Amino acid sequence: MITDITIGQYFPGKSFIHRLDPRIKIILTIVYIVILFINQGVFGFVLSIGLLAVMYLIAGIPIRMILKSLKPVIPLIIFTSVLNIFFIGGTVIWQWGIITISWEGIRLAVFMSIRILALIAGSSLLTYTTSPIALTDAIERLLKPLKYVKFPVHELAMMMTIALRFIPTLLEETDKIMSAQKARGADLESGGLIRRAKALIPILIPLFISAIRRAEELALAMECRCYRGGEGRTRMKQLHLGGRDAVAVGVMAACLAGVILMNLFLPTVL
Amino acid sequence: MPVIKTEHLTHLYSVGTPFEKAAIQDVNLEISQGEFVGVIGHTGSGKSTLIQHFNGLLKPTAGKIFLDGKDIWENKSEIRAVRFHVGLVFQYPEYQLFEETVYKDISFGPKNMGLKEDEIDARVREAAALVGLKPEVLEKSPFELSGGQKRRVAIAGVIAMEPKVLILDEPTAGLDPRGRDMILGEIQQYHQEKKNTILLVSHSMEDIAKYATKVLVMNQAQVYAYDTVEAVFSRVEELRALGLGVPQITRVFYQLKQDGMNIETNVYSVKRAKQLILEKLGKGGDAQ
Repeated sequence: MITDITIGQYFPGKSFIHRLDPRIKIILTIVYIVILFINQGVFGFVLSIGLLAVMYLIAGIPIRMILKSLKPVIPLIIFTSVLNIFFIGGTVIWQWGIITISWEGIRLAVFMSIRILALIAGSSLLTYTTSPIALTDAIERLLKPLKYVKFPVHELAMMMTIALRFIPTLLEETDKIMSAQKARGADLESGGLIRRAKALIPILIPLFISAIRRAEELALAMECRCYRGGEGRTRMKQLHLGGRDAVAVGVMAACLAGVILMNLFLPTVL
Repeated sequence: MPVIKTEHLTHLYSVGTPFEKAAIQDVNLEISQGEFVGVIGHTGSGKSTLIQHFNGLLKPTAGKIFLDGKDIWENKSEIRAVRFHVGLVFQYPEYQLFEETVYKDISFGPKNMGLKEDEIDARVREAAALVGLKPEVLEKSPFELSGGQKRRVAIAGVIAMEPKVLILDEPTAGLDPRGRDMILGEIQQYHQEKKNTILLVSHSMEDIAKYATKVLVMNQAQVYAYDTVEAVFSRVEELRALGLGVPQITRVFYQLKQDGMNIETNVYSVKRAKQLILEKLGKGGDAQ
């Protein structure tokens, strides 16, 4: 069934990581990605992956969830690795015809794979431990300065919230409409490309109509509750920075400093 | 021979995860041709899952379903044909309408069956007439009709396939009392004309008592009872314990009996109630 797809992969919990301010979590995730990319040596990777492992342990996210989030990037990793291995010049260690493999190529391929994996695992940790609503809330706060250049920050955040809210609803709706049309003998599984595209019409039209209907109903319900944009709007849940946010920032800063120092003083190990 | 028969039918959701849950468990049923079956049960009792097995929309985790004695999953490629024999009208079916005109929408099913043009035309017109749609409505867009009219179009779309078994999942949800009576009346008329089998899922015990010949009670993924209306609704206490209840009028008579009045409790319609009360008052002759 379509509804098995999980979007917005929030994994509820009450751990240290879960309770961090979402704004801090977003910023720290960005810093973590920066760390991954400025790092040049083996020790830096040991440090950054160790940090990630510790964070996952604290958050209590099961290992299969991490594997699940890494699965979609495997093709990308294979692709970049192949490019790196075969097309980076340097000390040749193996040659066959025009195909050469260099030491630098292998090194870069391995480093790049680790970077991509750690990047995905790191940013997944953000979405695992932060509810979509908290996330859009934090994005709205972080983008607030853009208001001064007339960027519609609040509207954007509201759109994201609504979109996230309606993804499961629309998936369920799609499932229902598909069943209903199948019950009338719609054939969705056989035929060529054009026939299949045509077979989608009985599903897409009711789906669009219901999406528009829902949008109208929602707009009306929001207006009934006096929604009139972000101006002067207050929040039920105020975001507050606390002691644990300071701890998290400290740890990440130490990690960043450590990687920079390693780059400076241990540049040529491997 | 029963038209629909199930053997140890079981359906599990989320197999292999900690969330594994049986939607229906070991269901053994035999529904005879020509029956009008009322299906009742709590939300989540497995009604919807069960009826979606009858036309092969869901595949059982274990067990078998027989249509006219033939296992419907014996040949996977013929499952579409099963759907033409067992028509299923979902809840709020008006949301599945998509064509430019009512006529085209009703003909979607028959067209998928691969019928000839004149056969399709005859079926569309007959189905539309059955559900009380006037001929001039056929050329309108389904989206300009009222909610009740839309629902009629959607029901006609399934009836036009002339299924041997027609399953309706709460066809009157969200309709006003008049629209409800009209649609159920049309379904009953269709049943009497075509002598086919009908399964009606409903939360209204009054409707079930009024139209059905048999009642299927689902509870906690299993068949709790499958019997005649009288036999099922006589188990007042049990049904109450399941949180389902009996028709209002039956409740009145049941309470009268509890209060010590010497009266029958197998009363399921107001008409019968009137007759009984008049008999009690010694005016039995006037009841007719």
